[in-house]
Amino acid sequence: MELFEAISTKINYWVYIVIMMIGLFAMISKNNLIKKLIGMSIFQTAIILFYVSIGVKEGATIPILYHDQVHAAHGDHGEADTSHGEHGAVESHEADIHINPDDFTNPLVHVLMLTAIVVGVSTLGVGLAITQKLHREFGSIEEHEILEIIKSGK
Amino acid sequence: MIEQSPALILIPPFLVAILVALVGFRYQKVCFPLTVLSLAGSVVACVVTLMRVIEGGTIRYFIAGWAPPFGIEFRIDGLNALVAVTVSSVGLLAAIYSKNRVPAENPDKVSQYYTLFLLLITGLLGMVITGDAFNLYVMLEVAALTSYALIAMGPKRATLAAYKYVIMGTIGASFYLLGVGYLYIKTGSLNMFDIHEVLKANDLFGSPAVLVAFIMITVGVWIKMAFFPLHAWLPNSYAYAPTTSSAILGPLVTKVMIYVMIRLTLTVFGVEYTFIQLEWSNIVVWMSVLAILAGSISALAQTDLRKMLAFLIIAEVGYMVGGVWLADETGMIGAIYHIIADAFMTLCVFLFAGILFAKTGKRDLSAMDGQFKKMPLTLVGFLVGAFSLIGIPPTAGFFSKWYLIQGGINSGHYEYVIALLISSLINAVLFFRMIEIAYFGVKPAEGHDHNHSSDHDSGRSEASASMLIPLLITAAILLLIGIFNKDLVAIITDFVSPFNIASGAR
Repeated sequence: MELFEAISTKINYWVYIVIMMIGLFAMISKNNLIKKLIGMSIFQTAIILFYVSIGVKEGATIPILYHDQVHAAHGDHGEADTSHGEHGAVESHEADIHINPDDFTNPLVHVLMLTAIVVGVSTLGVGLAITQKLHREFGSIEEHEILEIIKSGK
Repeated sequence: MIEQSPALILIPPFLVAILVALVGFRYQKVCFPLTVLSLAGSVVACVVTLMRVIEGGTIRYFIAGWAPPFGIEFRIDGLNALVAVTVSSVGLLAAIYSKNRVPAENPDKVSQYYTLFLLLITGLLGMVITGDAFNLYVMLEVAALTSYALIAMGPKRATLAAYKYVIMGTIGASFYLLGVGYLYIKTGSLNMFDIHEVLKANDLFGSPAVLVAFIMITVGVWIKMAFFPLHAWLPNSYAYAPTTSSAILGPLVTKVMIYVMIRLTLTVFGVEYTFIQLEWSNIVVWMSVLAILAGSISALAQTDLRKMLAFLIIAEVGYMVGGVWLADETGMIGAIYHIIADAFMTLCVFLFAGILFAKTGKRDLSAMDGQFKKMPLTLVGFLVGAFSLIGIPPTAGFFSKWYLIQGGINSGHYEYVIALLISSLINAVLFFRMIEIAYFGVKPAEGHDHNHSSDHDSGRSEASASMLIPLLITAAILLLIGIFNKDLVAIITDFVSPFNIASGAR
């Protein structure tokens, strides 16, 4: 039962480890260069899943303040405040509104993963371009065939 | 303007990279001058920043005015500034060298080549000056992606090596990213200095998550720096890449990763955790001993000049990792000094290998045959680099090894000292073998000094100025770093001593 609890309460970590290992396995054991790149993509996606899952909370929503939340707390002063410039307005909001952090997910990790997705896509792109060049030069995308060509070429 | 110097380190190469990509297609001639100009600007900014650090201590530069831990911070202290000066000047020298080689090796891809070259320098400099763990990951990937492409521009075998590098490099970077994720879970911060503060304030060092983070980050960084059991990607990549690529990647990529390791051990995890609480020092020093021996012995077995140098890089990585993990102040100073010295000496020998390849078209050591007669000045430049790698005073390599060995003795790791000495001996064998071929040659020399006729083989033919000048400047820098080693060590000591790394026998 303890094991079940250890798995079920931290299911996201278990899932990301499993996916990551599938990717790693493909990168190491596959002979086809494209399959290796697919493995690499899976590997990176697992990390993205890990990051995204640590920002999630149960029952929480995206971190945007609703207009009526601000309005209700602020009453009529809201419009007057905005004329003082952004900075002043933010400070007075913090003073007046009680925001419960538990209501909101952590957006930072999701934003980080936007960058990581871009990095992942470009890595895949570079990898595919290199595979294409290999195919043009050796006429194959199977690793052992390429290695044989190199050996016999000497 | 002066206050903006940390940002100005990155801006010239980055913006000019875009410019080169845009205009280089039509006007190939402008690529080279633009590249050199932008890197010169970067060098100036680095030197100005170093001066400011020496005068006024650590510089904190908030990007777009957002204060950390929310914004990204460039935090520059003595270590950063020195490594940044090294990276940018190595970049500049390699760029000057590339003038004739890039059009010769990649005639239809000149503008793409220089774009990637500049982006690589941007990525490396970004890694060096950033104070943000996630920003470091992004910069690491910028540098990695460009170096994959720079290697793949070489001949057939380089492409396969680049493919392996893609796979290994991605695993390394992903491990680093995972480690940062665990640190973020525990601390809620991505700023390196803030992470350390939070870890210390909440006494999180015993937490298994922090241990996992430490292992992930360390292994990731080790893969990227080609530490011995994880080095498989390096030799072929650097040996078969275009000569300019190996002249820039060989000196810089591994060295910057060692800087990252030092930054993470000292600043993020702290000396106490890394060296005292974990008790890894012995194991890692033994691993570095293996790395030094394996690198040196594999180098001895090579006939291909650049492959031999690539294996020497693996041995040098062993020196520095060992120096850091000796957990001794002198060893740490030696490791940091060696980053700077090694960047220039590796550049020196790789530039020479490139010149030799350009002149003879041969990859193996027989290309050295009789070169003393043909290009004496070039050989002088090479000799300084070779002596530095062996460790002959007054070159920089002697003093860095001196500090490393002293650190090894202080901390009682005699195995490390012995490995260093064996490796120096092997280097001596390697380079004196080359010098012998170059001086006496395989063929008997027919022409004497009075014979100045430009007969194909016997006549003097130096390398062209664009290749010779960077080589000689690098040699001069090696001598200067060696002669002024006290001033350099003073800066490094100022940086290292506040961390209170134990020194003396334990």
